[in-house]
Amino acid sequence: MRLNLKNLSIVDSLLWLIRVVVIVLVLWGSIAGLTSGRVDGEGWGQFFVRCTTSTDVGTIQCMGKYSAETWRDFFIFGLAQGGIYALIALGYTLVYGVLFMINFAHGEVFMSGAFTAYFVAASFSDSGFMDQNPVLALGVVMLVSMVTSTIVAVLLERIAYRPLRRAPRLVPLITAIGASYFLQYTFRGLYGSGKKVYPDVAILTGKWMVFGIPILKTQVVVFVAAVILMVGLYYFVQKTKTGKAMRAVAEDKDVAMLMGIDVDRVIVITFATGAAMAGAAGVLYGLLFKQVDFIMGFIPGIKAFTAAVLGGIGNIPGAMVGGLFLGIFESVGPSLFLEGLGVPAAYQLKDVIAFTMLVLVLIFRPSGIMGQNLSDKKA
Amino acid sequence: MKAQTFDVKSVFKLGGLGGFTLLYLSLVGLVSNFVTRDVISKTMSLSFAFVIITTFLFGYLTARRTSRRNWFYAVGGGVMSGAIGIACLIILVLLTAPLNLQAVFVNASPALIKVLTFGKEPFTAGLLPLTGWAVVSSLTGAMVYMLPPNIRRAVIAGVVAVIAIGTLAQLLSDVVENIFALLGNKRASGALLKIFFAKKGLSVSGAAIIFVLTILVSAFSAWRKQIVAAKEQSGAAQTQTPKEIKIAVWIVSLLVILLLPNIFGSYLSEIVVTVAIYTLMGFGLNIVVGFAGLLDLGYVAFFAIGAYTMALLTSNQMGQTTELVNTGLSFWAALPISIGVAVLWGIILGVPVLRMRGDYLAIVTLGFGEIIRVLALSNFLQPKIGGAQGILGIAKPVVFGYELVSSQQLYYLVVAAALLAAYVSWRMRDSRAGRSWMAMREDEDVAEAMGINLIKTKLLAFATGAAFSGFAGAIFAAKLGSIYPASFNLLVSINVLSLIIVGGIGSLPGVVIGAVALVGLPELLREFSEFRMLIFGALLVGMMLFKPEGFWPAAAQKRELHEFESEEVEAHPASEAA
Repeated sequence: MRLNLKNLSIVDSLLWLIRVVVIVLVLWGSIAGLTSGRVDGEGWGQFFVRCTTSTDVGTIQCMGKYSAETWRDFFIFGLAQGGIYALIALGYTLVYGVLFMINFAHGEVFMSGAFTAYFVAASFSDSGFMDQNPVLALGVVMLVSMVTSTIVAVLLERIAYRPLRRAPRLVPLITAIGASYFLQYTFRGLYGSGKKVYPDVAILTGKWMVFGIPILKTQVVVFVAAVILMVGLYYFVQKTKTGKAMRAVAEDKDVAMLMGIDVDRVIVITFATGAAMAGAAGVLYGLLFKQVDFIMGFIPGIKAFTAAVLGGIGNIPGAMVGGLFLGIFESVGPSLFLEGLGVPAAYQLKDVIAFTMLVLVLIFRPSGIMGQNLSDKKA
Repeated sequence: MKAQTFDVKSVFKLGGLGGFTLLYLSLVGLVSNFVTRDVISKTMSLSFAFVIITTFLFGYLTARRTSRRNWFYAVGGGVMSGAIGIACLIILVLLTAPLNLQAVFVNASPALIKVLTFGKEPFTAGLLPLTGWAVVSSLTGAMVYMLPPNIRRAVIAGVVAVIAIGTLAQLLSDVVENIFALLGNKRASGALLKIFFAKKGLSVSGAAIIFVLTILVSAFSAWRKQIVAAKEQSGAAQTQTPKEIKIAVWIVSLLVILLLPNIFGSYLSEIVVTVAIYTLMGFGLNIVVGFAGLLDLGYVAFFAIGAYTMALLTSNQMGQTTELVNTGLSFWAALPISIGVAVLWGIILGVPVLRMRGDYLAIVTLGFGEIIRVLALSNFLQPKIGGAQGILGIAKPVVFGYELVSSQQLYYLVVAAALLAAYVSWRMRDSRAGRSWMAMREDEDVAEAMGINLIKTKLLAFATGAAFSGFAGAIFAAKLGSIYPASFNLLVSINVLSLIIVGGIGSLPGVVIGAVALVGLPELLREFSEFRMLIFGALLVGMMLFKPEGFWPAAAQKRELHEFESEEVEAHPASEAA
């Protein structure tokens, strides 16, 4: 899109202004936050020297309000939550890559798995099976979640999206929004509107020492599971024949069809794969955050979409990187630069950080961290 | 030609789908929650109506698919499909207690079983009548399909009318009463109401009368249509409506608008006010999305900004909840400021997204909307705008010394605002700006080549949209007298967007129709509150699948969405000729 030069410069300068303001705010906030431990009357030089030479680096004076351990815990929690975002983001990215459509109902696909699997987890926990045979039990719970999500996504594709594949772009988007509400309230009708609490798993309470750092076991399991699933998916898409077909359809549907690929089947598989990842993410979410209910899909859905955009939508490794990045940013950010700016109860604004990142990425780098620019072509 | 055999497979498929639908309705809770809600007094509750309508529908569909206009096939298909469908439900009823399904599915409750088995003891005794009813209604559906198309349409219209009126019986009887009270004739209203309405729902006689009347009316209108079509074909000159009639129509509609609050009573007026506020927003978003083609999912932001500006300027309790002081402005003084602030924000948020299109724009605006909501809710801004406690004591509008407090009084203000918005968008649509918007919607690059300044045009669209939304927000704040961040969630944006799409995107009458359908109806069906969003979502999906151009489409949209089909139609004769 070419714009009138005179106007271009005005808009451009405004956009630059926004960039500068955001960067300054973040930097200033971070510095103010980290140096809030400076003792009254102490010069900057003294503070710097004290903090760099002191033997107990990481004490409260040098890291702002929090100790180094707390910062590390924030970071690790961010990794675990980022793993979940990344898994959900894969669904957005896969579908967008193939259909150039934002599957707005993907958050609900995630919810359906987590919510359904809760009942299995609860019954395993009641019968004691969960504690006798935790690996098998969690495996079954995860399988149930993945299968449920997959069924929901396949039905969604078949009923709501397939007839609209040639419709103007607004139409599938509205359909997806409608489907999202429909699914939310269907599951509310089925399972009730109360919050359900995932049962504790005995072997996952407490901490493990990983490289000498104590980490909550659930966080380790969540992160490791997320990584295994992502690596598996990456190999599925890169190495198998179906994965190759998927990439071919993403590249050009018509040519793929000429090459003998059943495009409808590939699209269904794409939805199913993304949904299975979301279902797995659902159980991990249940383990990490405990509570599930019928509207739990919305916020993680939006955030996962942010992650997908952040990494470059349509790009699978991008979604993974974007998810981790977002998770960490969201976990560390409020304490790091919002509190430094003097914002009270900064954790309330973690969603603002996520949404602001979404907005900024879309405005300034719609191609994401590692994607090529699809927005010009299709959006 | 294939042999005309009975397609058993399709019957099983449709019967199974019917069964699945019945299971869905039961488990989601639509069946068990409306036992006390009578459509036809003491004869049919809404709960049971769901079962009957489903089997009727699938009987009809089965006949359509498999009967091949053969009465035997239709009867067989109808009965079988109904039986298969209800079998699924019976399995559910039988399994509920032994498997303790209620532990998972909250609605698989004893109440559900009681509804489905007519409260008989033991419940297995009720299964036979249930099956009977389902098969009969499925068979009726199949039979209805076999009727000649004109009669079929009339019968279906009759069924729909009875159920719709029965569901809204309470409200309608109030409206009738109010009309007669206005005419000063209480006795007649009592008599009339007695014929049609029972204590709950329609009376049996009322249902019968409405059914017959609707059939007659729709048969008559079909007959008239035929005559008109015949006249047009014979080349008769189109009859122009005389000027007197046009004026009379205007006067009558004006009178209706003026008297509406009295006819409707306070509850319905409240709903009309809400609908009018959404209409006002709809006109605004219609400019942004419908005319200019900029998909905005964060429209609620401007609504919130308008409302908060109004609240901050006119609240008399600022000192108590927040650090700011009372300015003590009146509604009318604060209104232009609220709109101005909304416009300003429309431009501020519009500038960064000037380069974006389509889905990305939608998501960014959604982000803006959410950011504003989270900020309004946070402790961060609490000293300024009250946080979760909101702002109380917002001034009511005063007109010629009268304070507009109740919704029956506010009605006039809101309707005037909506009419103004309608007028403005109508004039803007046909102005130079409107034509630039539409050119930009169709193709930005071409529009620019034609000398349209995209930046100005886009910002004008955002600003106008924001102005209407801010206006609506200001009225909303004044109407409630207090505002809370919870009122400004994403759902408002979604609602407004959906209503202009359901009405017909880019179409002005469509906005009103959409607002009535998506905001008015759910408000009317308060008892459905739990299921509102379910129905809303289903309606949105269904609308997009079957009627994506909306109820009252604008000409351009209709063309675009049916391009594909009309091309085929045009291509067909050509290929035949070849």
